Amino acid sequence: MVSPVIELRGLARTYPGPPPVAALRPADLVINAGDYVAVTGPSGSGKSTLLHLLGLLDTPSAGTYLLDGLDTSALGDRDRSALRGRRIGFVFQSFHLLPYRTALENVLLAELYNRTPRPRRMDGAVDALRGVGLGHRLDALPTTLSGGESQRVAIARALVNRPSLLLCDEPTGNLDSTNATTVMELLDQLNAAGFTILVITHDANVASHAGRTIAISDGELAERIGADHA
Amino acid sequence: MRSARTSLPSPRFTARDTGSEAVAGIVQRPGRALLTMLGTVLGVGAFVAVLGLTATGAGQISHQFTILQDTTVTVQDNGPVNDVARPPSYPVMGFPADADAIADRIGGVVDAGVWWPVALPQGTSFTASLALSAISSQTISLLAASPGAVRAMGLTIVAGSPLTSYENNTRQHVALIAASTAAELGISPARLASGPAVFVDSIAYTVVGVYSSARRVVAGEPAVLIPADTALADFGNPQPGIGNQQEAQLVVATRIGAAQTVARQIAAAELPTDPSRLVVTSPPNPQNLQSEVSGDLASLFLVLALISLLIGAVGIANTTLVAVLERTEEIGLRRAVGARPRHIAAQFLAEAAALGTLGGLIGTSIGVGVVVISAAAKDWTAVLNPAYTLPAPLIGTIVGLLAGLYPALRAARTSPLAALRHA
Repeated sequence: MVSPVIELRGLARTYPGPPPVAALRPADLVINAGDYVAVTGPSGSGKSTLLHLLGLLDTPSAGTYLLDGLDTSALGDRDRSALRGRRIGFVFQSFHLLPYRTALENVLLAELYNRTPRPRRMDGAVDALRGVGLGHRLDALPTTLSGGESQRVAIARALVNRPSLLLCDEPTGNLDSTNATTVMELLDQLNAAGFTILVITHDANVASHAGRTIAISDGELAERIGADHA
Repeated sequence: MRSARTSLPSPRFTARDTGSEAVAGIVQRPGRALLTMLGTVLGVGAFVAVLGLTATGAGQISHQFTILQDTTVTVQDNGPVNDVARPPSYPVMGFPADADAIADRIGGVVDAGVWWPVALPQGTSFTASLALSAISSQTISLLAASPGAVRAMGLTIVAGSPLTSYENNTRQHVALIAASTAAELGISPARLASGPAVFVDSIAYTVVGVYSSARRVVAGEPAVLIPADTALADFGNPQPGIGNQQEAQLVVATRIGAAQTVARQIAAAELPTDPSRLVVTSPPNPQNLQSEVSGDLASLFLVLALISLLIGAVGIANTTLVAVLERTEEIGLRRAVGARPRHIAAQFLAEAAALGTLGGLIGTSIGVGVVVISAAAKDWTAVLNPAYTLPAPLIGTIVGLLAGLYPALRAARTSPLAALRHA
C-alpha cells in the first residue's frame, strides 16, 4: 500500500480582513509518495495560499493537514520548523539564493538548522550539487550563475535533506524556454528517482510534466481526472 | 499508514554555527561593517586613550610632586610635658646642639638641620642702614637656621656663600637673604664685597649671601637667615609647642623613597630621653595623591567616552535594522529551511555583537597606540591600567548586543510569508 505524504481534510484558509477573504475553501486532497502533482490556476486563485499551507509557512483557519501521517495542526512552532527543515524542500520562482554566498554555501544553508552534524554537511551539499549537474560550479557566486544554474542550485538546496515533499512555486517563471526545459527535465528525473513533487504553475507546458493536475479557481480545488495521466 | 510521531528532533542552531553565520554576514559587506563599527571604534578608543592619557599625565604630575614631598621629613618641637616656663624665658629646645650631625648618621638622610622663626617684638623694622631716610620693611621673616638646615632648604645661591659652621659656632652676625628681600632693601647682590648689612632694629648682620629660590621651608616667603647659635645668643630660646608657629623644627632632606624610614627613626635618635616631645611629619602616600589628581579629569573624559559609545550603539542599531529590512528574503528562506524565530534573532544579535567586539578591539588598539605615542613624544612613561584596558573590547561587545536587540526582535517577528513574497 502506498502511504500518503499529504492528506488534507477540509483544509481552509480565510484571511480575516475586513472584508474576510476565503483564499482556500474547505478542500480534501491526498498526495501519495512518488506522486507528481501540478496545481494550476490564474493569479489570485489561491495557489500561493495552498503552497504556504502545505509548506507549513502559514496555518489553516479550519481542517486538518497530515504530513507523513503527522497531524500538523496540533504542532507548535518548534515542530513545524523541524518538519520544514527535514521533510519539505522549497523551490521558489526567484530562487532566493543568498547573493554573497557560493553555490555550495547556499546548499549548506539547508543543513544548518536540522541537526545535521557539521562533518556530514559538506558531503551532502556536494552530492546534491553533483546530482543537479553543478559539481563543477561549487564555488561560483549566484551573480555569476545563469538563471537555469541558479534554479538548479535552489533545487539542490531543496533536495539536500532528502525531503518527503518537494514544493515548487512557479519554478520556471523567471527562466527562458531553454533553461525552463532543463529544469523541468531535472524535476522529471527526480520524480522518477522517487521524489514526491508538487508544482504550482500557471504554465500549461509545465503542468503537462505532472502525472496529476489539480485546478484551483477562487479557492476551490478540482482534480482533472485522467486527462493526461501518464 | 505511518503512525503519527509526537515529537520531532527540534531545530537547532549551535553557537558555532551562529558564530560562523555572523562572521559570514560581516565579511560579505566589509566596507559597510567598517563604517558601522566606526562609532564603537571611536568610543572604545576614546575610553582607552582618555584613561591611559589621564593616568599617564597624573603619573607624571605626581612623579614631580613626590620627588619633593617624598624626600622631606619635618620634626617639630612640641615642648616638655610640664612646661612651666613663662615668656620670655623659654626652656631649652628639644633638639640637642649636635642635632644636625645626629640626623646625618641616619641612613637615607641627605641634609638635616634645625631652624625656627625668631620672635620679634611688634614693629621691628628691617633696614639696610641706620640712616633715617633708609627704606625699612616690617614684612620680612627672620629665621634662625643651622648650617645643616640651610643645606636642607636647597637654596639656589646667586651671590656670596651659605652660612657656615664656623659662622654658627662663633656666633657671627652674618645673614643670608632672599634676592627679593635684597631688592626691597636696596642691597645689590653684585656688591657683597663692600659688606652691606641688614639691621634688625639696631643689630647689624653682614650679608654674606643672596639666594634666589628654595626647595624647602623658605620657598614661599622672603626671609633673612641668621646662624642658629647667633639667634640663641641674640634672642634666646624659641617658644616650643605646635600651634604658635614659633617652635624649633628639624628639616630633613632624604634620598628618594627613604622618607618613611627616616621618619620612623628620627625622633628617638634626636631625643632618646623623650622622643614623644618631637612630632614627626612624613610625606603622604604617593598612591593616594595620584588617584586624587586623576579623579576629576578622568570622570570628565569618561563622560565624553560614554557619549561616543552611545553614538556607536546608535550606529550599529541603525545599520543592523537596515540589514534586517534588506534581508527579509534571507530571513524567509532561513525560516523555510527550518530556522525558528529565535534562531533568526540569534543570528542578527550575533552579527551586531561581533561588529561591536571587532570595533572594541580596533578601538582599544588605537587607544593604546595613542597613549604610547603621546607618552613617547613627551618622554613620559605610558601608564595603562590592565584592569581597564584588557576588558575594553568587551565594552564593544555590550554596545553591539544592546544595539542589536531591537533589530534582532524585528527580524524574528518577520513573517516568512512576507519575506518570501519578494520577487
